[in-house]
Amino acid sequence: MASPKISLRGVTKAFGAKQVLRGIDLDVASGESMVVIGGSGTGKSVLLKCILGLIRPDSGSIKVDGEETIGLSDRDRARVMRKFGMLFQGGALFDSLRVWENVAFGPIQSDGMAATAAREVAIAKLGAVGLGPEIGELFPAELSGGMQKRVALARAIAREPEIIFFDEPTTGLDPIMADVINDLIVKSVSDLGATAVSITHDMASARKIGHRITMIHEGRLIWQGPVADIDRSGNPHVDQFIHGRAQGPIRMQVKKL
Amino acid sequence: MSVPLITLLGRMTLAFLEAIGSVTTFAAQALRAALRPPWYRQQIVRQMLEIGYYSLPVVGLTAIFTGMVLALQSYTGFARFSAESAIPNVVVVSLTRELGPVLAALMVAGRVGAAMAAEIGTMRVTEQIDALTTLSTDPFKYLVVPRLIAGLVTLPILVLIADIIGVMGGFLVGVYKLDFNDAAYLRNTLDFLQFQDVFSGLVKAAVFGFLIALMGCYHGYMSRGGAQGVGMATTAAVVSASALILTFNYFITEAFFSI
Repeated sequence: MASPKISLRGVTKAFGAKQVLRGIDLDVASGESMVVIGGSGTGKSVLLKCILGLIRPDSGSIKVDGEETIGLSDRDRARVMRKFGMLFQGGALFDSLRVWENVAFGPIQSDGMAATAAREVAIAKLGAVGLGPEIGELFPAELSGGMQKRVALARAIAREPEIIFFDEPTTGLDPIMADVINDLIVKSVSDLGATAVSITHDMASARKIGHRITMIHEGRLIWQGPVADIDRSGNPHVDQFIHGRAQGPIRMQVKKL
Repeated sequence: MSVPLITLLGRMTLAFLEAIGSVTTFAAQALRAALRPPWYRQQIVRQMLEIGYYSLPVVGLTAIFTGMVLALQSYTGFARFSAESAIPNVVVVSLTRELGPVLAALMVAGRVGAAMAAEIGTMRVTEQIDALTTLSTDPFKYLVVPRLIAGLVTLPILVLIADIIGVMGGFLVGVYKLDFNDAAYLRNTLDFLQFQDVFSGLVKAAVFGFLIALMGCYHGYMSRGGAQGVGMATTAAVVSASALILTFNYFITEAFFSI
């Protein structure tokens, strides 16, 4: 394998006494779509936020294109961040800005593009996610959940990033809209030739958008392999998760009353 | 269940010191961000409108009634020893030194500090602040610095307007209710007014404006855990800003007028 796009070694993170990541090793190859599955509260979001530099890990190494990103200065951090696009779970659209201004935010504020040119880009990106130019004039609060997700996707791809992160892209959507979003993710990732990392607990979504799947459990990656192998992983934790069984080696931590 | 009083006191002291450290670090990070480009001028203008222009009605109302009641109250007191002629001077000095900046700042803290904490807090809990970072935009530069600058610059202007409106309120009561001669009232107002009276009030206003914005941004930025967290941040922003305004008011006064 050529040198990986993203490479994690021994990444740990604790919040107070709660150890969330217990030594993550992960390589994501260029152009690959990696899906991280795992239950709620197993550290999936924390993992993404560590790579994005939103959370500083306690120890370990995170390399992007071979460059160590932990401990970078603000300026270098901004340069590395330029490679990333992120689709947040709730969309995280700026509710004080119009839809097109949301999509054009990166190009205008960070890349210094003129507003008229950025507006063209925004309308083109909205078109790419199946939204007409008239949607651009609305405010995020006026849109349905599925439309907000699409706008958020348009914003994530507006700067044509090399790496895109998807945080539970289908959560809270009906199955049909979820599949529409899945299709859009597959299309935009392949159009850009981008490297993708998604976290989800929606197995239909994971199978559709992923090339490889890895499962996180109690802060460790317990299995990794191509999507096709997920049904014969031979790992009881993975089996329990993909079939959604309450009984199995994974115990939900429910406090006794 | 019972915790010894001394333990409780210790915990409170530690929490208080921790808060001071945390606010100071926050302010230092904001200042560092303010010194380097980019500066988001549009955001600064927007915040100045929000803090200054839209606060005019409430500050004006506060000022005019404060000026009016000052004139009335000092009349009932001063008439006892025939010192009515000092009323215009008492009104203008009280307003410019103390009541203008303090009352205007308290009103703005309630109006703007709360709104800032709620807006930034909501942006925090809905990951909009994280989204800013992923779009290579420093949230300190985009959100915090414009608010701090707007608070620092706008409040003195607001207080100067409040001073004028307040003096007018005193004038109205003096002339139309207490039968002062209008020209004499104005002359008495201006003759004994010193530059330092107004200037100290404007310095206070600038400090208060900065503190209001700092508390609004800090509590919003640090808010956690959904609607409840945002609600707590809003309350904390108003309470802490008000307490700081009253505390700093004393020390700035002492710095200006200590004998």
